[in-house]
Amino acid sequence: MGMTMTQKILAHRAGLGSVEPGELIMTELDLVLGNDITTPVAIEEFEKIGIDRVFDTQKIAIVPDHFTPNKDIKSAEQCRLIREFARGMYIENYFEVGEMGIEHALIPEKGLVVAGDVVIGADSHTCTYGALGAFATGVGSTDMAAGMATGKAWFKVPGAIKFVLKGKKQKWVSGKDIILHIIGMIGVDGALYKSMEYTGEGVSELSMDERFTIANMAIEAGAKNGIFEVDDKTISYMKQHSTKGYEIFKADDDAYYSEIYEIDLGEIRPTVAFPHLPENTRTIDEVGEIFIDQVVIGSCTNGRLEDLRVAASILKGNKVKKGVRTIIFPATQKIYLDALREGLIEIFIEAGAVVSTPTCGPCLGGHMGILAKGERAISTTNRNFVGRMGHKDSEVYLASPAVAAASAITGKISSPEEVL
Amino acid sequence: MIKGKAHKYGDNVDTDVIIPARYLTTTDWDELASYCMADLDRGFVDKVEAGDIMVAGKNFGCGSSREHAPIAIKASGISCVIAKSFARIFYRNSINIGLPIIECGEVVEDIDDGDIVSVDFEEGIITNHTKGRTYKGVGFPPFMQDIMNSDGLIGYIKGTLK
Ligand code: SF4
Repeated sequence: MGMTMTQKILAHRAGLGSVEPGELIMTELDLVLGNDITTPVAIEEFEKIGIDRVFDTQKIAIVPDHFTPNKDIKSAEQCRLIREFARGMYIENYFEVGEMGIEHALIPEKGLVVAGDVVIGADSHTCTYGALGAFATGVGSTDMAAGMATGKAWFKVPGAIKFVLKGKKQKWVSGKDIILHIIGMIGVDGALYKSMEYTGEGVSELSMDERFTIANMAIEAGAKNGIFEVDDKTISYMKQHSTKGYEIFKADDDAYYSEIYEIDLGEIRPTVAFPHLPENTRTIDEVGEIFIDQVVIGSCTNGRLEDLRVAASILKGNKVKKGVRTIIFPATQKIYLDALREGLIEIFIEAGAVVSTPTCGPCLGGHMGILAKGERAISTTNRNFVGRMGHKDSEVYLASPAVAAASAITGKISSPEEVL
Repeated sequence: MIKGKAHKYGDNVDTDVIIPARYLTTTDWDELASYCMADLDRGFVDKVEAGDIMVAGKNFGCGSSREHAPIAIKASGISCVIAKSFARIFYRNSINIGLPIIECGEVVEDIDDGDIVSVDFEEGIITNHTKGRTYKGVGFPPFMQDIMNSDGLIGYIKGTLK
């Protein structure tokens, strides 16, 4: 039987001719990732192994991004631990405040992942790098420890669902609307254990930033990973960002998919996920009147340059509604600087938004924009679980940067068409 | 090869009933074991004996990624969990801490609470001694058996790096 993209990458890195769904295999790793929450636990496990070196000082990345710049003494201690570990182990890819960014935006930007790689990260949104045609998945801290020690991880080979994209998007529809539409369609466990593989002529319609957004939310459908077929855009992105050699894997014609969905991009409308699950989606035409207290634009889902450009194009010359706190956080220092040079930051500040240094901050209810009881936010992040952004009686609505920016102006969930 | 008495549960046993969040303030294995299955089967800790086997329906271990859940089960004395299917992160965590788990649909239907069951991991053979029936699950490849025999991933790596 033929293999899917994911199965081919796994077979290759396991040194096997072929693999089948359900098979347990051990593969080589091209990158092991951790952050300031998960790495301290991994270090504890690593120390139990009793070795004094990591498998490869270049193939480990540690990014303090969740509670940084440190929000309190506890988080400062956690960061001290990982900083000392990184230094002691000569880990090259440790990114301190000032050069860091939100891990899943930073890692591709630094060229640390390319097509054909196998990546594990002790963070569930590690699946983001599937946009580059790599196999990337979230794991626990013990896996991270073992990966740092040996450069290997075990996997159960996943089955797959195929999404064939076609057609052209309507104006104001972006990658975020596409993935929210898909999760609304298949549910939060719709791809449990499986790969979500994206193919079809519609893929070329999507920018790399949009593909990162779509791959990022694979976990929100329960998937093990999301992955895009590599095309010219992927190749030019990799050439621009990385010196690593890449390898392109295409699915076999007779690869088995448990489901195949054809998605006409032209039929997708701007989409919003209502509390408290990403699957509770409605099109912008169905949302009704929902007033908001806070707008959050950023995160590993939608804090990239294109996202900021769209938000700025809507906010330009407008003011955010009085009383609506609008928080914009570029995902990396580079994105921040590019946005500054393009004049986007000026537009945001003139509109009455605040711009934050790169951090996970409000996305996980960490700091920099926590919601009080009964408050409501529209956010470009990826999770709207109970209490995700603050008090358990607060609400998060997930949407694209365009819808979030338009909503900042009107003070209620709005389509960009309404304000422009 | 392991052999023990079956403790049978249904579908979607989540990590919150295996070890409720209110007990997560410790990482002590024995303490966690004393709360195992607290919100589903209060009597479990009193009746479980070392070597017993847990049997459940689909999606066992769904919910949070807490490693405390498989730890509580393992520390309670359970030697293996057989289920129709497992939630993805629970599956990883179980293997990594050295709790053998095996997926097999038909055998779950056939095992009743209290049956004596044995499992041969190499061959993937499950035997219900009470009913006198044998089933074929999927065996573990050698490296997986090594992980189990080394009490989990960290022990296994210690061994391979020596
Ligand atoms: S931005 Fe949010 S979802 Fe992304 S890594 Fe940070 S906390 Fe996780």
